[in-house]
Amino acid sequence: MDFNDTTEEAKFRKEVGDWLSANATLKEDEESGSYPGMGEDDALSLAKKWAAKLYDSGWACLHWPKEYGGRGSTPIERVIWGQEASKYRIPGGFFEIGQGMAGPVLMMYATEEQKKRYLPPMAKGEEIWCQLFSEPGAGSDLAGLKTKSVLEGDTWTINGQKIWTSGAHYSDYGILVTRSDASAQKHKGLTYFFLDMKSPGVEVRPIKQISGGANFNEVYFTDVKIPDEQRLGSVGDGWKVALTTLMNERLAVGDASGPDFQEAFNLACGHDLNGDLAIKDGSVRDKLADWYCQSSGLKYTKYRNISALSRGETPGPQASITKIVSGNKLQEIANFGMDIMDAAGIVRPESADAEQNMYQMGFFGAAGIRIAGGTDEILRNIISEQVLGLPQDMRADKGIPFNEIPSSNK
Amino acid sequence: MNFEFSSDQMLLKDQARKFLESEESVKKAREVLEGEQTHDESLWESVIEMGWTATTIPEEFDGLGLGYLELCVIAEELGRSLAPTPFSSSVYLATEALISLGSNEQKQSYLPKLATGEIIGTLAHTESTSSPSVENLTCELNGNKLNGTKIAVTDGDIANFAVVSAKEGEKAVLCLVDLSTKGVEITSQNTLDPSRSHASINFKDAEADILGADVDGWIALQEILDRAAVLFAFEQLGGAEACMNMAKEYAMGRFAFGRPIASFQAIKHKIADMYIAVELARSNCYFGAWALSTDAPELPTAAATSRVSASKAFHECSKENIQTHGGMGFTWEFDCHLYYRRCRQLAANIGSQAVWKNKLISSLERANQI
Repeated sequence: MDFNDTTEEAKFRKEVGDWLSANATLKEDEESGSYPGMGEDDALSLAKKWAAKLYDSGWACLHWPKEYGGRGSTPIERVIWGQEASKYRIPGGFFEIGQGMAGPVLMMYATEEQKKRYLPPMAKGEEIWCQLFSEPGAGSDLAGLKTKSVLEGDTWTINGQKIWTSGAHYSDYGILVTRSDASAQKHKGLTYFFLDMKSPGVEVRPIKQISGGANFNEVYFTDVKIPDEQRLGSVGDGWKVALTTLMNERLAVGDASGPDFQEAFNLACGHDLNGDLAIKDGSVRDKLADWYCQSSGLKYTKYRNISALSRGETPGPQASITKIVSGNKLQEIANFGMDIMDAAGIVRPESADAEQNMYQMGFFGAAGIRIAGGTDEILRNIISEQVLGLPQDMRADKGIPFNEIPSSNK
Repeated sequence: MNFEFSSDQMLLKDQARKFLESEESVKKAREVLEGEQTHDESLWESVIEMGWTATTIPEEFDGLGLGYLELCVIAEELGRSLAPTPFSSSVYLATEALISLGSNEQKQSYLPKLATGEIIGTLAHTESTSSPSVENLTCELNGNKLNGTKIAVTDGDIANFAVVSAKEGEKAVLCLVDLSTKGVEITSQNTLDPSRSHASINFKDAEADILGADVDGWIALQEILDRAAVLFAFEQLGGAEACMNMAKEYAMGRFAFGRPIASFQAIKHKIADMYIAVELARSNCYFGAWALSTDAPELPTAAATSRVSASKAFHECSKENIQTHGGMGFTWEFDCHLYYRRCRQLAANIGSQAVWKNKLISSLERANQI
């Protein structure tokens, strides 16, 4: 039992470290976000420049095959890249859906010509992709989606509405699941496409979030035309294709970012509570100990997974606990941080770098993290069904045509 | 990265589990709980025959000289099977105290016999319903005479000797006391986990031999407790996982409203939460095992982290296991209460959750000052 790299891993880590130190700037201490307070347009242009640099140097999309613009790296090499890159100020946050979810689906279902056309610009950050899955009436129960697709000749016509679409407003392309047959059973009548987001009839409206920001959108489709050649998978097989995408989403969703144990500990060491330093307070120590154990538990769970990858095995199901634990911990730590700062904790600071801001953003961010990419409740279902083998809940929608299933709108 | 037990260690763990299953360890725990015995002698004999008591004792003292990782996997299986033996007292506490603090002479006289199970040791530390401290210790060592009373000593009525904490003047010391010696009076104490025996021990001018003459006894004791905490945490982890599996099996087989109760989200989410607690505890226990086996400077932090995390996991799993079983879980007949009792016994054995949480934050305060 040790934390050491194998010889090959050490060699790869050095190669990564050398390249990063020559091309990126190390983070300052305790800097969590990459560019806090920067506007979206500036961040996007910075991120595109960085992605192009990665691509030109052969460090884009480590897990992709070389022929499509990737590096053909092993999973453990991807982990090492992530570990080393996290030490640097690296712009990001725009390409993950394309490179992590749309790319792998295209690789499985698109024609060779399409792969050659779309994958390299995706790897290079020239073209941004979004994911058009959730609908107002289909979130956790994604297969309940209703956006309608009708085939006439070689062209599909799409009508309906998607929601929670991150980055739709700056995306060039999207992956889309639709209902092509409402008289079939729920999971059988879906068809999957990709489309140009500039197609006539696509309307993107930002959604204002509780934090005040607007990272995601509603997307309306009015008689949007998609050529049949942009269908991925067979007609009616869209659920199977969507599951491939979602599997990749779960691998992509990691720790909640924001203040963690160390920030809360430092805060308690620097603020007074009941006439003494907060760190002297028993209730503060009790909470800090719990958060330390959770952070440490996740950290070493990750190490166990990396060890499995290092041996060439598929990691166990332990990774499924990360988002539940870190999202809830963030929510508690954010609340604690503001509480320690007493009444001043809720005052919005002038500067985005101020201590209050980190906790205030965590306070809102955590509420979103606990929902995005699988709610706490859905993740508990996944753990109990897929990890522990417990039976599925009894369902009211099994074996009947989709258009006869009771729904909120009927 | 190789943050995993080796295949040999996993094999040892597997053998330990199968052995304890074939010995019907859980059934024996119930028999001890219901009967008059202090422990299951035949199981204890078998454990000795397996060589487990000799695991970390150096070969020069007739031990196996294996590492702590081997002891960790054995501890997990002992916890899973509720083994009603004095293993934790004799091995994690008394043997380890002698290995780390004993003079060569003390090691010569105790370790070979501990290795063969010829003698059993324990730690006698608790004196009252207040958590022990240098200030509130009342047992006193004068010269080689010990006076005072220890209570809730696990295996106190089985052990041949005890490592006893005491005051010598203003400072705390540890000493070795032969429990059959003159001036030692042992009274069995009934606890809420009778599958492990407990006793109060009164010392009246009992002869005692100082252990660790050159060290601060209190600091030395904390170091012994840190090392033991990792091993206790593995027992707790094994117990927690056993409870999760019991809850799962029961929920799959129990039908209500025409379906297995395991198909209700209220039950599924409860069991998912057990899984989360167990996985966090397991990863933290690995951290503890790594620190213990490499004698890393992080050991105090790692030990407290594994202890706090495993205590929490066992508590959650043992109580929610009863809840999942419904009324059956509250019956004497089902095994749920054996784990509920053992969970509380292990949580109490080397200091409460509040004590270990405070130790954890204190060790992090020290680490942050450096």
